[in-house]
This record gives sequence, structure tokens and C-alpha cells, in this order.
Amino acid sequence: MAWVNDIIQGILLGGLYALFAAGLSLIFGVMRLVNLAHGDLSLLAAYAALVIVGPLDINPFLSILAVMLLLAVFGYVLQRGLLNHALDAGPLPPILATFGLSVVIQNLLLEGFSADSKGLDAGRIEHQAITLSDQLAIGWFPLITTLTAVVVLLGLSLFLGRTRMGRAFRATSDNQQAAQLMGIDNRYLYGLAMAISLATVAIAGVFIGIRTTFSPSVGPARLIFAYESVIMGGLGSLWGTLVGGMLLGVAQTLGSHLSPGWGVLAGNLLFLAVLAFRPQGLFAKQVHE
Amino acid sequence: MTVLLEAEHLTKSYGALKVVDDLSVSLDAGEALGVVGPNGAGKTTMLNLITGTVHPDAGRIVFAGSDISHAAPHERCHAGIGRTYQIPRPFEGMTVFENVLVGGTFGRRHNERESYDACALALHRTGLLPRSNTLAGNLTLLERKRLELARALATDPRVLLLDEIAGGLTEHEVHSLVATIKSLGAEGLSIIWIEHIVHALLAVVDRLLAIDFGRKVADGEPAVVINSPEVRDVYLGSEAE
Ligand SMILES: Nc1ncnc2c1ncn2[C@@H]1O[C@H](COP(=O)(O)OP(=O)(O)OP(=O)(O)O)[C@@H](O)[C@H]1O
Ligand SMILES: [Mg+2]
Repeated sequence: MAWVNDIIQGILLGGLYALFAAGLSLIFGVMRLVNLAHGDLSLLAAYAALVIVGPLDINPFLSILAVMLLLAVFGYVLQRGLLNHALDAGPLPPILATFGLSVVIQNLLLEGFSADSKGLDAGRIEHQAITLSDQLAIGWFPLITTLTAVVVLLGLSLFLGRTRMGRAFRATSDNQQAAQLMGIDNRYLYGLAMAISLATVAIAGVFIGIRTTFSPSVGPARLIFAYESVIMGGLGSLWGTLVGGMLLGVAQTLGSHLSPGWGVLAGNLLFLAVLAFRPQGLFAKQVHE
Repeated sequence: MTVLLEAEHLTKSYGALKVVDDLSVSLDAGEALGVVGPNGAGKTTMLNLITGTVHPDAGRIVFAGSDISHAAPHERCHAGIGRTYQIPRPFEGMTVFENVLVGGTFGRRHNERESYDACALALHRTGLLPRSNTLAGNLTLLERKRLELARALATDPRVLLLDEIAGGLTEHEVHSLVATIKSLGAEGLSIIWIEHIVHALLAVVDRLLAIDFGRKVADGEPAVVINSPEVRDVYLGSEAE
């Protein structure tokens, strides 16, 4: 029964990973940009929530909309002001630019908030659970996190699948030049994509901040989990990212069950196994059957 | 006749290789211009310069009276330049209808409902209507070429730039494509058509331009150009087509 509990906790943890990874997946899909600052941006969101929550003395959940808006605007400006130019310059400059951004964000956070661990306190909900049996309990907070992830992914896939702008995203993802010739302004579209990506990162950043404590240097470690989720699920597949995140979560909780230090290791081993046997990921887009 | 497109002294080099060399092309409204030239002559590059996906080292382009030399590709699309690729580039993960819808909505700056009719018409004209719900990645070569055309038509172009749209097709397929292009020309659409299949070209175009090493070799009456000694020289061997 303990195993079943581990698997459930792992799946719920995976929801958090998926929520966090969705924006990364979107950016890579639309503009083939490897955003190395993704983890640090989630921290930026957590600290922004901290700044809002402190003086107002409100629940961090209530700060999410404001943080989303803040990061969306930041994302748009960042894309149009910096990353679009980097993308024009070839494949390497954008990677260097996001790496530089990662360093800058870490240092600014260190300067502003010190290296001490901080946390967001969401109150009682963090500790309440639905008890199914004496060994099986589902925490409300992890459950809400996973449901939020599903809602965000559903929203994104409806946007991509059903709307005019969503179609432009997919067209640009398939063939950027041909999309431009259809009248799509790719600079604006990229700005919009980064805004959406960072809005989802904002949600994830606040949720992670509630779940665990954070300090300015933990961004890159988070980034790895996001990448593992995206790549295991298959590039370009949002639902694949959800499954990838859940597999990673389950591997980590089962690994921790065996020995406390083995959680991350088990996740990484699973990731390597997927890379070895199905390098395109589990749900990679397949056009030609 | 009013001039619709005027490209002046276009030059483009890749490294030491001058791919387009002081090339000037002009196109009247309603005119169909054919372009011939051997492989690597710079024909596709000329279209890339006109659509704005490649920037010239020198020269300028005037379209419908305004200088578009510094306009972005999507702005040139809005101005009325439509283009098909030599190697089709469909949006593979989208259906045929969605492919055309992208052109219909963003090329015309309409919402989806407003552009449905135009999209259906573009699909009808190119014979793709029955394939509307097929994933574009699963189309045959002929269908992919037709989708290139349908997508360009959906953007409501004033000039259509066709890059070897008949290449690789069977004789029968070429025949029906020629009929489609001919009818588009008859409706007043201006056309620049690059093609190696000379008889297909001669069935449609009003004027013929021959280029080699990025330079103009001959320009004028199709029958005269194709039989001129310069063009015969260039085409020696591939003339049998
Ligand atoms: N992006 C590029 N980088 C380097 N060289 C290029 C590039 N694009 C084209 N070239 C070169 O420029 C020359 C002209 O190419 P282009 O595609 O314009 O020829 P083309 O007349 O369309 O030939 P084809 O009939 O084979 O389609 C070729 O030698 C080609 O290799
Ligand atoms: Mg060519």
C-alpha cells in the first residue's frame, strides 16, 4: 500500500513539473529557443509574489494574477527587446542570451533578497489532506496543483488548436518562413509566446514557492526537471509534457522510498532510459504514419 | 499598362559567389512572366529577394508604387505578394483547411469567419476541397504543390510568384496545373513563374526572362527568347524538355 501512495504522490508531483514545464515546451515549439533562464524566471515569480504578499498580508494564491501579469509583460519586453535580436543572429546567441539572463536574475535576487531560504505561506491548505486509508492520503495542495496544471494545459491546447492566433503559433512552429509569407508577423508572435510562457511560469513559480522553500540559486536545478519532463513526453506535445512530468515525479518518489537520497537519481535514470530507447520522447508528433 | 512590380539592380552574394548579379525585373499589372535558367542560376534567390526572406546586398524593389525594399516578409504579403515554394513547405501538423485558413486570416487580416469563403474558394480552385480535413503532412507531391498554390491564393495576392510548381509532376498533372494557372492569369492576377518545363511555361506566359549566373540573358517575346542563341547556349542539353 505504501507503494500505491508513493505512486499517487509522484503523479501529483508530476502535475507540478508539467505546470512548470509547459511554458518551456511552448517556447521551444514555437521558436526553437532553449530558455536556460526558465528556472530562474520561476524564482523571479516566487519573489514577486513574496513582495506582493508581505505588505498586503494576503494568501499567495491571491497574488497569482498580478504575478502572471507582471511576468507576461516582462516576457513580451524581453522577447522584443533582446531575444528576437538574438534569434536573428543564429542558433548560439539565443542560448547565450538566456544563460546570461539566468545569471543576471540570480545575482539580482541575491542582491535584493539575500541567500536565505524564503517561503510562501498558503496557510492550512498546505497540510490538509483527503484520507483514503491509514496509508493513503491525498494532500489538497498537491491535488489543486495538478488540477491547475491540467487546466493550464487544456487552455493552452484549446488556444493552439482552436483559435486564429493559435493556428499562427502552430504554423510558425512548423515552418517559420512559410508562416511569414502567410502574413504572420513573427516578431510580435514570438513576443506573445514568451508572454504566455512566462504567465504560466508565474503560476508554477508561486505553487513551487508554496510547496517548498526557495533561494536565488535553485533555478538551474528546477530547469533540469522541466527539461526532463518535456523531453520524456516528446517535444511539441503538451499532453506528453504532462505524462513526462508524472513519470519523472513517480520515479522520484519511488526512488526516495528506496533510499532518501535516490529520488533525483531515479528520475535522471528514467530520463536516460527514455533517451536511450525512445529519443524522440513518448508522445512525439508523428505526421507520416 | 501600369507597372506592378519593379526590381532594380538586385545583387546578392553568398560568400564569394554572386548568386544574383545586378538583375532588374519589371512586371506589368495582369502580366504573366516566365523565368528560365539552368540549375543554380539564381531564380529561387530572386524570388526570396522579392518576398523579403533574403536581403539584397544592393538594389531596390518597388511594388504597387511603394518602395518595399525594407519591408518585412509579412508586410509584403499584406501588400499583395504571394509565393509558392519549389520544395513545398506545408504546415505539416495542420489540416489542409487550416493551412489555407492561416493565409486567409493573416494574409487578409480577417477573422476566421470572414475568411472561410475565400479559403473554400482557394481550395476549390486548386482541386483540394475534398482533401480539406487531411493532415497536410500526409499529402502526395501533387497535392502539396496545389496546397502551396491554395495557401498563396488565400492571402489574396496581386502577384503570384510560382517556383517550379510543375516540377516533378506527371505530364497529366502538369496539364491540369497549367489550366489552373492559366485561369488565374485570365482573371487578372499577375504572375512570375519559374519553370524548367518549357512547354508548360509557353502555354501561359506573355513574356519570358532567361537568367544565368544571376544575370539577365534575354527578356521578351517567349518564342523569340526561347529560340535565341544565348538561351540555346545556356540550355544546351536540357532543351529536350
Ligand atoms: N542560403 C544559401 N547559402 C549559400 N548558397 C546559396 C544559398 N541559397 C542559394 N545558394 C546558392 O546560390 C545559387 C543559386 O541558387 P538558387 O536556388 O537561386 O538557384 P535556382 O536558379 O533556383 O536553381 P534551381 O533551378 O536548381 O532551383 C546556387 O549555387 C546555390 O547553391
Ligand atoms: Mg530554384
